[in-house]
Amino acid sequence: MAEAMGFFTDPTVCIGCKACEVACKQWNQLPALDDARKTLSGDSYDNTRKLDGTHWRHVKFIEQIDEDRRDGRWTMLSDVCKHCVQAGCLEVCPTNAIIRTEFDTVVIQSDTCNGCKACIAACPFGVIDINPVSNTAQKCTLCYDRLQAGMEPACSQACPTDSIVFGPVRELKERAARRVDQLHAAGEKRAVLYGADEKMLGGLNAFFLLVDRPEVYGLPPDPKMPSRHLVPGTLFTMLGALIVGLVSIFNFRDRRADEAGRD
Amino acid sequence: MIDAPSSTWFTASPHWYWLIVVYFVLGALAGGTYFLSAMIDLTGRSSDRRLARLGYYITLPLLLVIGVVLIVDLSRPDRFWHLFIENHTLRPMFKYWVPMSTGSWAVPLFGFFATLSFVATIAEHHRPHWRFARRLRPPALLGTLVAVLGAILALHVTGYTGVMLSVLNRPVWSDTPLFGMLFIVSAVTMSAALLALGARWLRWQSPAVAALNRIWMWLLVVQILVLVALFISLGPAVRGWLNVWGIVLAIGITIGIVLPLIAFRRRRPQGKGGLSVAAALVLAGGFLVRTAIVFVPVVNAP
Repeated sequence: MAEAMGFFTDPTVCIGCKACEVACKQWNQLPALDDARKTLSGDSYDNTRKLDGTHWRHVKFIEQIDEDRRDGRWTMLSDVCKHCVQAGCLEVCPTNAIIRTEFDTVVIQSDTCNGCKACIAACPFGVIDINPVSNTAQKCTLCYDRLQAGMEPACSQACPTDSIVFGPVRELKERAARRVDQLHAAGEKRAVLYGADEKMLGGLNAFFLLVDRPEVYGLPPDPKMPSRHLVPGTLFTMLGALIVGLVSIFNFRDRRADEAGRD
Repeated sequence: MIDAPSSTWFTASPHWYWLIVVYFVLGALAGGTYFLSAMIDLTGRSSDRRLARLGYYITLPLLLVIGVVLIVDLSRPDRFWHLFIENHTLRPMFKYWVPMSTGSWAVPLFGFFATLSFVATIAEHHRPHWRFARRLRPPALLGTLVAVLGAILALHVTGYTGVMLSVLNRPVWSDTPLFGMLFIVSAVTMSAALLALGARWLRWQSPAVAALNRIWMWLLVVQILVLVALFISLGPAVRGWLNVWGIVLAIGITIGIVLPLIAFRRRRPQGKGGLSVAAALVLAGGFLVRTAIVFVPVVNAP
């Protein structure tokens, strides 16, 4: 297996140009459908709104303006599939359409997916959705085709400020740690890495630097694997089966007693 | 999103709507009617066989509808077979840790046993010269095997859907492990009510019908306990019910559990009409509860 590859996304240098979104759509030939929406979102400069089957990169615009409007902060974050080491989507896929590649990335094979939609719900980050053209679930492939050809993913190559950095995950983590130290030294004490360590789903191969709570960026503070309820859920269901079995047996046996008495 | 009560609030909708409600309701009734019919056959006397026959007659048509619904709900129905055979290798596709995968196998397998019981019932009822087919129902050894395996698969079909919800990371669904238990109990409750209603409609009276009425009454009490445990286990995510689907759930619980229990307690010794109304309410309430459960994550989306 080749070395794990991924993205380090640093929103502190993102300028919201959306070059990543455009490059992603262009390379992956994603249609410019927008669910037939004809209105602007009204959410800052964000009209993509969310990641889905035809938007595999999404630049979030977060406006934090004081109530008296004297001070404010405008943050952008280019969101993407996290290519989790423990991937919920891969775990629940009932057709093996979702695979882990030699680059430790997670890819949906469009020719296998039958659109059961389980992965959409299972993804802790809400990354996946149905592509209305193929009618299959789709998401960022981390440009698997480009990686196989020794190329860089389209989005990170197009990023003009290196807000999105592509490379071996090990090197990205070292670079990210240096960037956090740099920001701390500059007085931005809130800078933290999101998903860089193994505590979060075994580690996110596409991880982020945040300067606020994850929820501010629309990211879950503690994403969980969908399977966490599998064993207890199964055991409780078996208990339920036992209860309905016993209730049925006792009542049907009562019936036989009734009949015996009547006879 | 800033004050989301659970990480499940950050996930996306799988676009499961009315077809899934239809599946959950019909699946519950198909599994429950087969299970109860098998129990009647396995514990009963020959005079009750017509009640079990009614159950087998209900199960198979429902399963046929379910098969169509499940395939149509896929975004690529032409690829439904990918659930059973891996398209690249043509090997069997089965993931025991994925409820949707186990359910995909359980539904047709259950269909196989339901078909055997259906054929046996037809043979007994209309084709007495089909001797081998008649052996597919208890008390024949082969029939006992069919009924036991079929009943186990029937319970799996009624319960796996709830486990599937619990392992899909959506708001409310995945904030408790108790939906499988709720589904299996409510499925048998609804099915007992359906069979009791059918018997009433056909003017059949027997101790087995009285037993069915007692079964749905007892299981309604169990459902109340499961619902209480479910709400407690939700913790902060219980806020997910503070919307229109919470109201639908409350209505479903009221007409599907509370009112039938009151009706059962106040029934007159010879009055069967009240019990029939109560059984009909059990079915209507079960439908509303399942509808509310399917739709509740939609309004809690980011």
